Amino acid sequence: MTDEKDVVIQVKGLKKHFGNLEVLKGVDIDIHKGEVVVVIGPSGSGKSTFLRCLNLLETPTDGDILYHGQSILDKSMKIDKYREKIGMVFQLFNLFENLSVLKNVTIGPLKVLKADPAATEQKARELLKRVGLESKVDAYPSQLSGGQKQRVAIARTLAMDPEVILFDEATSALDPEMVGEVLQIMRQLAKDGMTMVVVTHEMGFAREVGDRVVFMDGGYIVEEGNPRDVIKNPQHQRTKDFLSKML
Amino acid sequence: MFLGLNFTFLGKYWFYYVDGAKVTLELAFWTLIFATILGVFMGMIRVQNYKIVSSVIDGWINFIRGVPVMVQIFIIYYGIATQLPQFWAAVLSLTINSSVYIAEHTRAGMQAVNKGQMEAARCIGMSNFQGYWYIIIPQAIKNILPSLVNEFILLIKNTSIVSVIALHELTYTSNSVRANTFLAFEPLIVTAVIYFVMTYILKKLVGVLERKLHEHD
Repeated sequence: MTDEKDVVIQVKGLKKHFGNLEVLKGVDIDIHKGEVVVVIGPSGSGKSTFLRCLNLLETPTDGDILYHGQSILDKSMKIDKYREKIGMVFQLFNLFENLSVLKNVTIGPLKVLKADPAATEQKARELLKRVGLESKVDAYPSQLSGGQKQRVAIARTLAMDPEVILFDEATSALDPEMVGEVLQIMRQLAKDGMTMVVVTHEMGFAREVGDRVVFMDGGYIVEEGNPRDVIKNPQHQRTKDFLSKML
Repeated sequence: MFLGLNFTFLGKYWFYYVDGAKVTLELAFWTLIFATILGVFMGMIRVQNYKIVSSVIDGWINFIRGVPVMVQIFIIYYGIATQLPQFWAAVLSLTINSSVYIAEHTRAGMQAVNKGQMEAARCIGMSNFQGYWYIIIPQAIKNILPSLVNEFILLIKNTSIVSVIALHELTYTSNSVRANTFLAFEPLIVTAVIYFVMTYILKKLVGVLERKLHEHD
């Protein structure tokens, strides 16, 4: 697992400022192939900004991010190509409001990868079946519940055959009874060997599915390790304080 | 005779109205096309973060909005585009005026599309252009359409102002009828009805289009 060649994304000394506000103050982490890294921490700790830096929705102020050893901040790096490989699932779903469920899933492969239309549609239908929404292919986002929207968003990401998927509080905006259906799909993805970076407040999910849990606070990684150890037996006072409020 | 009003002049002068209405529609048609292209273009540039270009367009929009249409027409017809035929000078003036309002509607409509839509588009590897083309613009059109229709209706009515440069559109021809018949009032009623019918039909047509666009909301 910790073999150097298995490293998909390597983050080195990552810093991000918004004006005078220093959100990330130097984050170092390696993401390995097939690994599920769960990022936890209080609001304002920089978790989401960290995740958004990984696919350059935010441009880092300092430090470097390497993808298979190559810097994504390098001018020669084709960002759109990189993003094809790094999927993202948002807290507020961000389904394309003007497209049907099926087209939300097919538009990436069709327009970005220039994939074959018939094969793309068949694959999209299979993905939608996998997330339990085969009956909703012709519906529009406004006709779906939050949980259904998030499942479509996951199918949309999977349609691009990503190497890594970033989950930005994917269940935080859902009604409690819908959290389970989304977590179930994420659990299955982890089991299938998908590399995932998951920002979440679901401690149960972190403990059960995470290979590694990372606790962030104040723009730093304060503590990281095996989820059982970190959550059951945190070493740092800040981790203890945070977890005592969560559990 | 109708309510003491005399419309018998229509038997002799009806073609004045037909000719005038034709010019009015032609004016509105060409202005609509040019103003939409120019206005949407300005509005789209406005929402990008090109600081200098944006502030130049901003200044232009504010200037045009602050000057009466009639003054703009005089300036263009007598000052700037003196070589242009009357008709195209009128189209140019109306285009300049209408396009700045369309630019503002476009900007507002684009900015009203949720920011997450573009982020999601970029996250599946779309370029900025693809994001606009496939995701943002289709949604922005829905936002813009109602105000665009109002703009078009306003435009048809505004064409009456170009009668000041003696272009033979509907308002001008109806004045000719008044001069020829010595009727002060009745020819204007006919003119008003024709303007109303034109704008009303336009409003209804776009209502149908709008319902189609909003089928999925």
